[in-house]
Amino acid sequence: MGKAKAFLVSALTLLLARHRRPSLPPGERERIVVPEPPKGYDAELLSIWIFLASAACAVAFVVVYVLDRLPAHTQLLGLALGLSFAFFAAGLVVIAKRLIATEELEDDYPEQEHPAEQERIVQVVEESGLTRRRLLLLALGAAGGSLGVALLAPAASLGPVVHLARFYLTPWRRGTRLVDEHGRPLRADEIEEKTFYTAFAEGADKEQLPSSLVVVRLRRDQLDLPSENAGFDADGIVAFSKICTHAGCAIALYRAPQFEPTDPKPALVCPCHYSTFDPATGGTVTYGPAGRKLPMLPLEVDPKGHLRARGNFDGPVGPSWWGVRLKEPTT
Amino acid sequence: MIRGLVRFVDQRTGTAPFLRKTLRYLFPDHWSFLLGEVALYAFVVLVGTGIYLTFFYEDSTAMVVYHGSYVPLQGQEMTHAYRSVLDLSTNVKAGLLIRQTHHWAANVFIAAIVLHLLRIFFTGAYRKPRELTYWIGLTMLLVSLLEGYLGYSLADDLLSGMGLAIGYAVAMSLPFVGANLAALIWDGPFPGSQAFFPRMYIVHVLVIPLLLATLLAVHLALVALKHHTQFRSDPRATERKLVGVPTFPGQAARSLGLFMATAAVLFLLGGLVQINPIWLWGPYHTYSATNGAQPDWYLGWLIGALRIVPGFDLAIGSYTLVPNPFWGGALLPLVFFGFLYLWPFIERRFVTHDYGYHNLLDRPRDAPLRTAIGMAVLTEVFLVFLAGSADRADVFFGLPYVPQVWAYRVLVLVGPVLAALVAYRVCIELQQGECVEHERERAERLARGRA
Repeated sequence: MGKAKAFLVSALTLLLARHRRPSLPPGERERIVVPEPPKGYDAELLSIWIFLASAACAVAFVVVYVLDRLPAHTQLLGLALGLSFAFFAAGLVVIAKRLIATEELEDDYPEQEHPAEQERIVQVVEESGLTRRRLLLLALGAAGGSLGVALLAPAASLGPVVHLARFYLTPWRRGTRLVDEHGRPLRADEIEEKTFYTAFAEGADKEQLPSSLVVVRLRRDQLDLPSENAGFDADGIVAFSKICTHAGCAIALYRAPQFEPTDPKPALVCPCHYSTFDPATGGTVTYGPAGRKLPMLPLEVDPKGHLRARGNFDGPVGPSWWGVRLKEPTT
Repeated sequence: MIRGLVRFVDQRTGTAPFLRKTLRYLFPDHWSFLLGEVALYAFVVLVGTGIYLTFFYEDSTAMVVYHGSYVPLQGQEMTHAYRSVLDLSTNVKAGLLIRQTHHWAANVFIAAIVLHLLRIFFTGAYRKPRELTYWIGLTMLLVSLLEGYLGYSLADDLLSGMGLAIGYAVAMSLPFVGANLAALIWDGPFPGSQAFFPRMYIVHVLVIPLLLATLLAVHLALVALKHHTQFRSDPRATERKLVGVPTFPGQAARSLGLFMATAAVLFLLGGLVQINPIWLWGPYHTYSATNGAQPDWYLGWLIGALRIVPGFDLAIGSYTLVPNPFWGGALLPLVFFGFLYLWPFIERRFVTHDYGYHNLLDRPRDAPLRTAIGMAVLTEVFLVFLAGSADRADVFFGLPYVPQVWAYRVLVLVGPVLAALVAYRVCIELQQGECVEHERERAERLARGRA
């Protein structure tokens, strides 16, 4: 019996002490970090040189910064700063690869879940008695929800949320003169074929979308206006809103045929998504993603030879929105 | 000295046990696990350079006539916003370096997030218990796209102004509320009131960065709480045992090195490779536009989509309901992100029926169906992205634009299916190849044993 007990104790001791390392000499403690590899000295010297190079580049950055009137200032600054960071990175790589032993350790993943703790949380909430008072919770939710909506209400001050009539407003009315970028009135006889002109409503803010026009001159035989746009041209001069009805970019390209009749017809093109409009047929879409025609402005020539609007656009200007009416805009 | 510091911190915060654990927290070793870190470090560079830029930027759209040092633009009307960025680029010492580095960092930031997302997707790292981490990451990508767009819009140059106009058109095109929403954001019809740029500015420099930083903190906390996933390559790695390099000293040196390397690349790019030379684009006016305009790369898929959608509005009589920009500019990103958000549910409900815990990663070949579906979506987005460059291909290679657009319309329908089939086949072949390899090895071992 005693023998068996002694055997058990020694077996247990052996089992427990299985992973113990041999005892360390006095004054030393057990290592946590794996010792560095033996070839450390060369690597240390190398990383020191690299860090010195990094410092040198950093100093060079300050010197370049202080020295004015250097050619290619931005490039030199970027080079100095970038190289300083690069050397720093290289130095750290040397440390990581050569000076520190790669420790590949094992560790347990955290527990998937804690059922006992979960149960206790549920118990605490249930025992508080609050969850059983349904009506109270409902009232609480109603108050919280209403308060949230109330706090969001002032956001409506950010813009004219409900006054969408503004989207139909244009500065054009009968008799409004067409002016160029510098405010000089455009004359009908200076509008030439095969090029386009940007015009604005006299006195309007040029940056507002409905203010700008693209104006081109077509020959009589090219013109093929539909009945609702009949008479919109002034001696072959036609004017359209310069803002594409697709995504609101400016119609900045005019494809005028150079070699008739083999070249395609004249076209107004938006460079953003290549919506293409035919000026001869009142701005109808001939290609691209635009969903409706370019708004056309009726023109006339006054006794002094200046171009004037003879009314408003035949449709709303700029990109469409839910419920936009293809009606005439307002002034 | 170290002992003193540790004692000081521990006595005042009681965090020594936590810090010790953190120092020996394990990072599994695989290069693809560093993509997220690159994004993190690009974010740090973005915040640093961005703070510098705010000291020079003016958010006013009041008009001035330029009389500065850049001769070609003298006498031109421009906004204070554009002039301030112009002055920063031409007159402020190191201003251009910081601005270009900021812009490059934004591009790299989003590129790193996208590559990180691809790694997460194709290895199945988003599976239980890491869905929250995945959704927060997706949200960060979404928010970063908006942040980048707002950032380059602030310069108010011709290119970014056209981008804002398109953004406005997409906002207007949203069903029911489009015009109301646009009126709210721009304070009236485009280009909006004087209030719009200050709004955009504060959202770019405060609201979204705070949001990103918060999401980032939660993202990293969740990663640490559940520990990293790992590949099966190390035989010791199991669903219960994690094998990796401890934070200190191993991972700290590597990770800090990666930070320095990221910063190095970004500053070298910022100094040596020109990006967004706004002085060449000129100031924006609603009535100006230029041909060959392209957004930053991460919005390329949206311009491609806007261009290849056939030209139609959803209309009833003389009423337009859904204008065209909605399809490419809003519906496509909505469907794309919707798919990514829902994918963990879709996969476990319809594809794998696997509701279990996963700490071990799949290789793409291990889950052929996931790889095939992922490749289909990736191909779709890439084709739409390519379609955005059709006009440049016309100019540079003489490929006519209109047939290209038709080709892309067909390709976006056919390409993803083909990609999925090929990816599936490749996965199966790889699996079978591995089986054969195992058989051969076993036979060799047996033969050697007999000898």
